[in-house]
Amino acid sequence: MSHIKVELKKEQVAKIKDICKSFNNEAGELINVLHKTQESFGYLPAEVQEVIARELNVSVAKVYGVVTFYSFFTMIPKGKHPISICTGTACYVRGAEKVLDEFKRILDVKVGETTPDGKFSLSCLRCVGACGLAPVVMVGEKVYGRVSPDGVKDIIKEYEQ
Amino acid sequence: METIKLTIDNKPVEVPAGTSVYQAAKNLGIDIPVLCYMNLHDLGIENKPAGCRICVVEVEGRRNLAPSCSTTCANGMVVKTHSTRVINARRTVMELILSDHPKDCLTCPKSGNCDLQDMAVKMGVRNIPGQAYAEMSTYKTDFSPSIIRDMDKCIMCRRCETMCNDFQTVGALSGVNRGFSAVVAPAFEQDLEKSPCTYCGQCVAVCPTGALTEVDHTPKVIRALADPTKTVLVQTAPAVRAALGEEFGLEAGTSVTGKMVAALRQIGFDYIFDTDFAADLTIMEEGTELLTRLGKHLSGDKDVKLPILTSCCPGWVGFFEHNYSDMLDVPSTAKSPQQMFGAIAKSYFAEKLGKKREELVVISVMPCLAKKYECQRDEFKVDGNPDVDFSISTRELAHLIKEFNINFNELADEDFDRPMGESTGASVIFGATGGVIEAATRTAYEIHTGKKLEKVDFHELRGMEGIRSATIDFNGLPINIGIAHGLGNARKLLDQVRAGKTNYHAIEIMACPGGCIGGGGQPLHHGDTSVLKARTKAIYSEDTNKVIRKSHENPYIIKLYEEFLGKPMSHKAHELLHTHYFDKSSKDIFI
Ligand code: SF4
Ligand code: SF4
Ligand code: SF4
Ligand code: FES
Repeated sequence: MSHIKVELKKEQVAKIKDICKSFNNEAGELINVLHKTQESFGYLPAEVQEVIARELNVSVAKVYGVVTFYSFFTMIPKGKHPISICTGTACYVRGAEKVLDEFKRILDVKVGETTPDGKFSLSCLRCVGACGLAPVVMVGEKVYGRVSPDGVKDIIKEYEQ
Repeated sequence: METIKLTIDNKPVEVPAGTSVYQAAKNLGIDIPVLCYMNLHDLGIENKPAGCRICVVEVEGRRNLAPSCSTTCANGMVVKTHSTRVINARRTVMELILSDHPKDCLTCPKSGNCDLQDMAVKMGVRNIPGQAYAEMSTYKTDFSPSIIRDMDKCIMCRRCETMCNDFQTVGALSGVNRGFSAVVAPAFEQDLEKSPCTYCGQCVAVCPTGALTEVDHTPKVIRALADPTKTVLVQTAPAVRAALGEEFGLEAGTSVTGKMVAALRQIGFDYIFDTDFAADLTIMEEGTELLTRLGKHLSGDKDVKLPILTSCCPGWVGFFEHNYSDMLDVPSTAKSPQQMFGAIAKSYFAEKLGKKREELVVISVMPCLAKKYECQRDEFKVDGNPDVDFSISTRELAHLIKEFNINFNELADEDFDRPMGESTGASVIFGATGGVIEAATRTAYEIHTGKKLEKVDFHELRGMEGIRSATIDFNGLPINIGIAHGLGNARKLLDQVRAGKTNYHAIEIMACPGGCIGGGGQPLHHGDTSVLKARTKAIYSEDTNKVIRKSHENPYIIKLYEEFLGKPMSHKAHELLHTHYFDKSSKDIFI
């Protein structure tokens, strides 16, 4: 798997070490440590996993195994403008998939990925409770309703500069 | 001890509390098929992910079938291991496993020796319903110097992970991802080469499918033999002769030294030599190094570190380069016998033949997969030409013999060529845990004390215990010796040394269970570790049957020093027979 190389700053390493220490550096606490770390970093790049592995004295492979097993852990930072497409039943029926495909095509990323410039990330959501507006797209906190595939490029344009 | 009474296939059985249904059935002589489950009892390793469900049985009063490997016996249980319901379920399980498995058995390196294939035959699977629509998970094949990972063939039994993490404590592998894309892989799904893997091959030794196999060099052997401009030398490691016979249906523990030599001659090697010769040479160098370090230490030299660690196992060398890089000055600088052989073959012997090193091809037959990697290391090359060109495993030699249509079991015994085929009993025991240090003791004792050993057998250094220690009396000087086999055991011992909690003078470490006789390139034991004990016995009886049993009495070794090397640890010996180690710890960490 390809991943974005990050250089951890001294304070960041210290922060991870503190989190590990707050769980007594216990290998059995790996999942909790990962949770806390993701809360503070937003995601879990390889370099962060390596520090955790060393601190808890487990193999890096094992840490990576846990990170990839649970879907709420992510190794990719969210984009500056996280785009979420609702794929709940109502949105799906009203063509959310075509909208999603258009986002994928224009941004050239898959679901769960971030554009190389770090601007946009793409994810799917379960029903956001705005079914009257289906299909619904969210960019950050802003909600767009009745989005058609043709409207996708206009939404992206709003955030492009 | 509390016991449990139950009935399996209408037969009553009583077992200790905590026993699995699988084991209880086994006690009755009922062999329930298993795939993911593995119990290497002698090594204290159990793999029980309960993932494959091939071992299901019917338990009266339960709605669902139960996996026998992970179901504990209970009082009054009534179990059926081969009802029609069970048989149908097992076949369905097998069909499901095979629906996501490539169907290229004919050309698979594991064909004929594959647990999955055997099981499919046993279950009578003749077609896979719905296969036409089934999507298959695919992965990039990972080629390392020693091991090929073809994860399309992985059935997620996780045996390899257990070996690598629990037994070897290397931690190169882990189950990653979930569902359809679940697979066993190194961190970040990188290649094995970028992981802390030592190439010990213990994962390969237990993989029930063709997912993990060795890099096959037999085509290169054939190419070298067919090249009229090359003189082809072969060397065979001690542990090979104690196991090769198993590939030809002989009982485990049958020594086939003479037949192996005869087969190699029929295949057409120009010189059939013995790694044992180089093992004797190793003892000369390592034994002298031990005595030198010991002497300096006793005279109060603070710069000299003890214990000295053996360095003939490249799996172990890789392990300490990754994990104990702060202790790189502790192991002996002596090269492994494989590399000593190559260095002498391409200098001393090449001179004798009046040939250039490039005209020689040196091939080794090893019980080991780490040797494939070792002989490619840059420090073992001269101007890009490796001392050992390539290494094949015991299994590959067996394939080669079959390919050449040689009737192995009917071969009459033949003897190695001279000079590099002469060896002593001390060298053959290199193949078993404790053997290297016993061989070193035989020589070091006599050199140090100037006395003849009354008995050359040191039974206190032998055995299958993971970590052992003994004190040998060097004529009033007590020498403390430590031994570990399996890298997990090595780690325990090394952590004590690092913490300064031991008073060993010398420690022998072998990466594989039982030493090289349990190497990753040996015939597959298919879970029956009693073969390791049988091979060990064969090794020690080879030793007993030798006329000369001490390395320093090998006449061709004596001659090699007289004609070429001078003395052990001489300048020339240093150049050819010693090496240095690298800090590889940073390789595992990005920051
Ligand atoms: S060869 Fe040894 S160290 Fe490498 S992955 Fe296999 S078990 Fe682990
Ligand atoms: S690689 Fe082999 S041993 Fe490892 S999980 Fe897959 S099938 Fe099992
Ligand atoms: S113990 Fe022997 S077979 Fe195993 S890695 Fe070491 S040298 Fe190779
Ligand atoms: S052998 Fe029992 S579940 Fe695999």
